[in-house]
Amino acid sequence: MGEEREGEEFWKWPESRWKHPGMDWRKGDIITSGIDVGSVSTQCVIMVDGELYCYGNMRTGSESAHSAIKAFTYATEGTGITVKDIHMIVGTGYGRVNVPFGNRAITEIACHGRGAHWMYGPTVRTVLDMGGQDCKAIKIDDKGKVIAFLMNDKCAAGTGRGIEVIAELMRVPIQDIGDISLSVEAEPPSLNYTCVVFAKSEATRLLRSGWSKEKVLAAYCAAMAHRVFDLLEKVTVDRDFAITGGIAKNKGIVKRLTNKLGIEACEQQWYNTTYRDLEAPFDTQIAGAIGAALFGKSLVEKRGK
Amino acid sequence: MITVGIDCGTRNIKAIVLQDGRIAGTSIVPAGFDTRADARRAFDEALLRAGMKRADVTRIIATGAGRKAVDFASDDIAIESADAKGIVCLLPGVRTVIDVGAEEGRALRVTADGIYTDCAVNERCAAGAGTFMETMARALEIGFDEMSDLYFQSTKEITMSAQCVVFAESEMVSLIHSRTPKPDIVRAIINAIADRVVSIMKMVGFENDVAAIGGVSLNKGFKDAVERRIKMAIIVPPEPLFVSALGAAYSGVE
Repeated sequence: MGEEREGEEFWKWPESRWKHPGMDWRKGDIITSGIDVGSVSTQCVIMVDGELYCYGNMRTGSESAHSAIKAFTYATEGTGITVKDIHMIVGTGYGRVNVPFGNRAITEIACHGRGAHWMYGPTVRTVLDMGGQDCKAIKIDDKGKVIAFLMNDKCAAGTGRGIEVIAELMRVPIQDIGDISLSVEAEPPSLNYTCVVFAKSEATRLLRSGWSKEKVLAAYCAAMAHRVFDLLEKVTVDRDFAITGGIAKNKGIVKRLTNKLGIEACEQQWYNTTYRDLEAPFDTQIAGAIGAALFGKSLVEKRGK
Repeated sequence: MITVGIDCGTRNIKAIVLQDGRIAGTSIVPAGFDTRADARRAFDEALLRAGMKRADVTRIIATGAGRKAVDFASDDIAIESADAKGIVCLLPGVRTVIDVGAEEGRALRVTADGIYTDCAVNERCAAGAGTFMETMARALEIGFDEMSDLYFQSTKEITMSAQCVVFAESEMVSLIHSRTPKPDIVRAIINAIADRVVSIMKMVGFENDVAAIGGVSLNKGFKDAVERRIKMAIIVPPEPLFVSALGAAYSGVE
């Protein structure tokens, strides 16, 4: 753990963006954009003929319309792309109806199914999307089409907001929680409570009784994994099993969850090897926006440009 | 005969000295990390107020979440039994009790003999407990006690869509930003907790008289919100925090 800085905000996860170094979007035939306005994060993806051109992933501000514009600007900076150049913009996520320049709005369940299918490959049958304020288990077919889904949006346990609360309480940067929790020598018993509010007081009690931060984080990640496991059990997990959303980045939760399930999760790497060769960062948070951009492409093909 | 009941809650530890069916002394201390030491302090303070010594006490009965830590107790009983016994001793006509504390909400059906016949608990989620109201009061920068007054000042009924305390906190921030008057926000918060409590009451069913005990019952807004939902009057006994400790003390007499 690094030196603690004054006024550091531990919940603030790093924003990210990427641009294809060798692609000229002007030569593309169909240019579409997917914008996923979530409660915690907003992603904008630009796809050229169904290939990923660039993306941006940011924290959602208090107003979803503004977040969509900010994410679009962030993703397209330096590319010369403007809203006019895009044939279809599809909004998704919690704030999807508030994308001011969006042509369509499609639910995040459909988009995450399709996006995971594109990112992880056509063998994916179960997608677990662990988002900022909800958690969804989605079953898809070999085309990435949703067959069934189940969602928990009532409780913060196992969601990004829940982890943010713990990051602040433990004064540990949110992106380090998973690794730190895995550094324990022996796995401690899980926290009794999955409720974030109770887990907070239980964690405080354990710290005062002499538990190390690592041990408390391990117990917390185990409790969150347990909560998500209960949701997954209701849909039965079929292989391949892919995890999307921000919490997919928390190895401490993912590992404990897959151990409990007895099913490995797909390795977080592009199905399309072009992007592996380009070393494009595999950002699990952009699956929804990718799905939205792909839906955009199908819509353009149907109606013509 | 002198008996002492000690109720080890997650927030406060309450002790009551009972002398031949009469309350001789009470005390309340905040629950810290050492439940045994805090229980001992509550016990000693209650004895001091009663003007008695440890040697005068025939039996000590512990109850509540931390009851097993009270190793100087003669015995311990489940909180449900203590609630049932305590309320019927105070208010013999009560047949349904809700006990809403800091981290738990409970609904009980009780007999005239002070025995509970059915019980439903919410202990897994903070949304139906005092912690919910406390967290919201803190975010609104008002005192827990102010909430009741604000509730009655509200002129407009709004509904919170979030159940979870964590989500409700963010929802409240956007309500504040959209300049929703504080009293209306407070009413939405109290309505939300009342909804949760009524949902556990429905699991056991309810009949008159209905009583409310525990820390949250001190909030008159909460009482009103539950009454509107169940369309029955609710009785809150004078010292609603001490009912479980009283029940424990009474059980020591038998």
